[in-house]
Formats: sequence, structure tokens, C-alpha cells
Amino acid sequence: MANTPSHPFYLQHHFSDAQQQKDSAKFGMWIFLLTEILLFGGLFCAYAVFRAWNHEMFYNAHLALDRVLGTINTFILITSSLTMALAIRGLQVNKARQAALYLGATLVFAAIFLVIKYFEYEHKIHLGQLPGKYYTYTGVAGTNPHIFFSIYFVMTGLHGLHIVGGMIVIAMMLVNTLRGKYSNEYYTPVELIGLYWHLVDLIWIYLFPFLYLIG
Amino acid sequence: MNAALEQSYLKNPKGLTSWLFTRDHKRIGLMYLYAIMFFFFLGGVFALLIRLELLSPGKTIMSADQYNQAFTLHGAIMIFLFIIPAIPAALGNFILPLLIGARDVAFPKLNLASFYIYVAGALFAIYSIITGAVDTGWTFYTPYSTESTTSVISMTFAVFILGFSSIFTGLNFIVTIHKLRAPGLTWFKQPLFVWGLYATAIIQVLATPVLSITLVLLILERVFGIGIFDPAMGGDPVLYQHFFWFYSHPAVYIMILPGMGIISETITVFSRKKIFGYNAIAFSSLAIAFVSFLVWGHHMFTSGQSEIAAMIFSFLTFLVGIPSGIKTFNWLATLYKGQISFEAPMIYTLSFLFLFTIGGLTGIFLGALALNVHLHDTYFVVAHFHYVMMGGTVMAFLAGLHYWWPKIFGRLYNETAAKIGAILVFVGFNMTFFSQFILGSQGMPRRYYNYLDQFQPLHAFSSFGSFVLGIGFFVMLVYLVHSLFKGKTPGYNPWGGLTLEWTVPSPPPPHNFDKIPEITHGPYDYDKILVKRN
Repeated sequence: MANTPSHPFYLQHHFSDAQQQKDSAKFGMWIFLLTEILLFGGLFCAYAVFRAWNHEMFYNAHLALDRVLGTINTFILITSSLTMALAIRGLQVNKARQAALYLGATLVFAAIFLVIKYFEYEHKIHLGQLPGKYYTYTGVAGTNPHIFFSIYFVMTGLHGLHIVGGMIVIAMMLVNTLRGKYSNEYYTPVELIGLYWHLVDLIWIYLFPFLYLIG
Repeated sequence: MNAALEQSYLKNPKGLTSWLFTRDHKRIGLMYLYAIMFFFFLGGVFALLIRLELLSPGKTIMSADQYNQAFTLHGAIMIFLFIIPAIPAALGNFILPLLIGARDVAFPKLNLASFYIYVAGALFAIYSIITGAVDTGWTFYTPYSTESTTSVISMTFAVFILGFSSIFTGLNFIVTIHKLRAPGLTWFKQPLFVWGLYATAIIQVLATPVLSITLVLLILERVFGIGIFDPAMGGDPVLYQHFFWFYSHPAVYIMILPGMGIISETITVFSRKKIFGYNAIAFSSLAIAFVSFLVWGHHMFTSGQSEIAAMIFSFLTFLVGIPSGIKTFNWLATLYKGQISFEAPMIYTLSFLFLFTIGGLTGIFLGALALNVHLHDTYFVVAHFHYVMMGGTVMAFLAGLHYWWPKIFGRLYNETAAKIGAILVFVGFNMTFFSQFILGSQGMPRRYYNYLDQFQPLHAFSSFGSFVLGIGFFVMLVYLVHSLFKGKTPGYNPWGGLTLEWTVPSPPPPHNFDKIPEITHGPYDYDKILVKRN
């Protein structure tokens, strides 16, 4: 098919026009995000159940988490959401170079988040604040302290995997942007990964107070 | 040579890679069809082995441990590899875009990915079977599933992977139905199969992720002993059951809703009469999808959930009867004064009506709290869900398979052989499972390897029924395979249907429609439009 305005390169044959294709893609992404919420929903549910049963312990155990590092990470992730949004804005006003710069910044922030998370994990592994049967720490009073750390590691671990997955896709978008594949006419994939990135950010915004602040 | 066949999606483009990398929903649907039929066969073999073992008390052909593995594999294969993808991913994939006048589903690449994810999950499941088949039952209940020495991790990981395949199919269908309907095809002019698939897709998308995370926790429990489901470590096995049934109860509606959609199509075509109560059938699909999320606790009446929760779940369970009843009565009213003809798809449709009604009503029995405590974990439950799943979903699947077979393959099967097969399946099914209602009400527990002598006549009757069922399926295999090579070629519209798939050649061309159709009439306007067969 020729690359005419009525049939641009990105339009797939089964869509009647670019708008229909874009609407479908965004709608599909929203449904995918819904499945992500339900995936984490199970964990939040487990969190609520065990917190209700071991209330004292949850309070004592949450003191073992580093609030300062948690707060820094929250700011970093929110900032990365801002740079992500600015990258999309860059494409909307047809400044691909600027968009690429912001995508790069998003990647850097994501990497810093993971590095900080690594130091938090390392500290806990060192102290034996580990999930389930590997738990050897003795400084938390109350019933079943290993459960808190099981939940902590599973929730933040799954969240971390989502960060890594997002980084891989953002890196691909960055390459595509630098190659000039996106313009103000077509930037749907970047917009979709933006939606995903905001959701991952949002999940952290819930994880942070639940695990670090209220205990 | 048949011109329609030469120009169809089956032959264009040619070559193995054109199939492996296809984005055509029809080819993906067909590959799904072959895959699920293989697992239906495998699951059926395990079923026959179970019935053979239960022919007499004590050891008949296998040890107790092998028996545990056989019923687990029968359940896990039939549920996760056959019945969940059977109607949506195989028939739905093929027919949905044709029904709504689209050239493909919204995300063809995701559709192909969903198929390969299914294949990956299937390979893990086969690996698990070879390396020491699971013996936990298909529900993988903790704490046994964290202690069993069989290959639990590979099987649960397989189910975890299969979940993504199911989610992607559901996501794809929701967007397709919202965004790709042909001009003029309003929501209430859609064929009812589309409504069924839509309600199914909503459940697939909302329930499956919860199963995914549950299985992740189960695997972590086995590998790292995280203690969330382990009572010895302050964890809670009942929490596992809550999580599991939060998915797996809605999942039985993933299985039945698309089947109900097929029945709505076939019953009106073979009655040559407009469907009775279109809106009621459409909305009751959504109502079932909604209620399905609120009833999971009825699997746990004897698991130690609170009494007040059990009461609420019992009442909510009764609610499912309302939309199911609405559908059944509307189908019956559609038959009333119709010009009914008894081709094979219609025989399966009528089997569905008969068997699903029994399955549904016994579901109401089981939802009643006091009766449930008596019947819990007996053969009554086994009979109930086989009446719904096999008497309901499989009959609907077979109705759909026979109904769309000429469209999919461009071949007609031998109608007489098909009728004989359908009657054998119906008789064999009732012999196998009606006897199990009686066994269950007399107190025969499910999943037991051995039983008291007094149960032997009914067990033997059930086993003989399963052999009749097996013969029925063998007949089906023979005439269907025969039709692929020697079958007559149908015209566009062998049954005289009014929906869009009958306006294109059989089998359809790669792009479905030369020109996207404009829809002006309803899907079942037999009162306004005279349709000729072929």
C-alpha cells in the first residue's frame, strides 16, 4: 500500500481510520491497567487480612523500614511520571528530540529508584528481615513478624518487576523516537506506556504509606 | 475444484510460515481449535481411565496414587486447556469479527501472542505430566499443594501462563466489540453470541489476574516458604480458598456464558423464528457476569468461613438462578410455534436445554446452606458440575462446532452420522452422570479411590455410560475427519441464518468482507425477511 495521507504507514488494514485505531489501542490499554489493579488487588487484600490479625506486629515491623529512603523514592517516582508526561507533550508539539530527552530522564529516575530499592533490600537481607522461613531477625515484637516481610517483599518485588518491564519498553520507545518514528500525528505507543507508567507510580503511592508510614 | 475453497483464508497465503505468523483471526481460531480438541481428547482419556478404575471397588487398573493423579489431570486439562479457551478462543475468534462485520479483531498481533502463550502454558502442563503428574486436585488447595511431592510448581506455572492467554483474548474481544462493529450494527442489533462473548470477556479480564497472583503466592510458598497460606507459620489456607474461588467461580461463567450465546444463535435459526426476549437474554448475560463475582463463598460452606458469610453467599447464589432462568424460558418461548428442524446442531441445542436445566436446578440445591453440608464433596457435586459444564458448555460447543463447521472448513459432514453421534453422546452422558446424582445423595464421596460394595451397581452403570459417551465421540471424530476430505461443499448459507457470517463464502476469504456491510435489520428478523438455504 502506498504511503498516502489517507493510508499512513501505521494504519492497520482492519481499521477504517487512524482515529479508530488510536481509540481502540487506548481502550485496550485501560483494560490492561484494570487487570494490573486486580493483580495487585489480591496482594492488597492479603495485606489487609494479615494486618487485621497481627496489628501489633505490623506496627512494630514497619519501624524496620527506612522512611527516608521510602520518601526519596516516592519523590523520584512522581518526578519520573512528570518527565513521562512531558515526553508525550514533546511529541504532541512535534519536538521529538525533547521527547527523547524526557524519556531518557524517565529511565534515569527509574534506575535510581531501583538502586535505592536494592540498598533497602540488601540491608534487610543482611539483618535477616526476610520472608517466611528465612526470617532470622529478632527485633520485632508481636505475632508472626515473618509474614510482614513476606508481604513487603512480594508487593515491592512485584512492583519492582513492573518498573523493570516499563523501563525495557520505554527504552524501546526512546530508540524509536530517536529514529523519528513518532510525530504529533502518531505517538500512540508512547502514550500507552505513559498510562502504564503512571499506574506503576500510583501503585507505589499506595504501597509507600501502607508499608512505610501507617504500619 | 471448489473455487470458494481456493480463494479462502485456508489457502491464501500458502505455506507453513504463513500459518505460524498469521494475524488472521480465522487462522488463529482454527489453530486454537486443533489445540483444544487435542486436549479435549487427552482429558477424555483420563476421564475414561478414572471410570475404568471405578468399575469395581479396590484396585481395578491403577494404584491409589495414580488415581489421584488421573483425576487431577482430567480436571486441570479439561478446565484450563479445553473448556476455558474452547468457545471464546476457538469458535469466538473465528466467528466474532464475521458476526459484527469486521475484518479482524482489534489487536491481531495480541491475538497471535495469546495463542502462543497458550501453547507455552500447554507445554509446561505436559512437562508437569511427564515429570510426576500433580495429585492435588485441579483446585491446588493448600496446605497439601505445598507439601505434595508431585510436580505442583510446573502445573501451577502452566495455569499462570494460560491465564494471560485468557486475559488477552478477553481484552481483545471487549475492544473489538466496542470499536469495530460495522456501520448500523447498534448494540441491540448484535447477534446474542456477541453479547455472550462480551460478558465472558469482562469476567476473563476482571477475575483472571486474581488467580494469577494467587498462583504466584502458591509457588512462592512452595519455593521460599513465605507462610501466607501455611497455618503452621500464622498463614491461612482458607485465604487461599477465598482467592482461588474469587477467580474460579466467575470462571465457570467464563465457560457457560459463551455457550449460552451459541444456543441463542442455533435455537432461533433452527426454529426459523425471531428470538423471544432479545433484550432479556442480552442483559441476563451481563447480570450473570455481575453476580458471578459475589458468590464464591458457596464453595466454602464447610471450610470454616463465618456463618453470616455463608448465609449471605447462599442467598446471593440463588440470584444466579434468575438470569439463567430468564434465558431458559426465553429459549423455550422461541421454540414455541417455530418451524423446528432437527439437524445435528439443533439436537445438541435441545440436549443443552435439557441438561443445563438439570445442572442449573441442582446448583440451586447445592446453594442451599443446609442441604450443601450434606451433599458437600459427594458425587452429587460431581454430577452437578458435569451437567453444567459438559451438559451445558460442551453441548453448546458441539452445537456451535456443527453449526459453523461448513463455514470454517467449507465442507458438510454426513448428517445421519452426526445425528447418531449426537444421540450417543446424549444417552452416554446421562448414563454416566445421572447415576452420580443418586450415588452422591446416598453419600458416595468424590475423589475416593475405593468405595463400599453397595455403590457398585451405580458405579458400574456410570462407567458403562462413559464408554457409550466415548463411542459417541469416536463416531464424531470419524465423520468430521471424513468430511474434511470427502464432504460436500456448502453454499454461503447452508442453514438459512440471517447473521453476517452467512453472507460471505464458505470458507470466507482472507479479509472476510470485500466491502464492509451496512446493517439495516436485526440478527433474527425471520418475521420480516425470507431467507433461503444456500
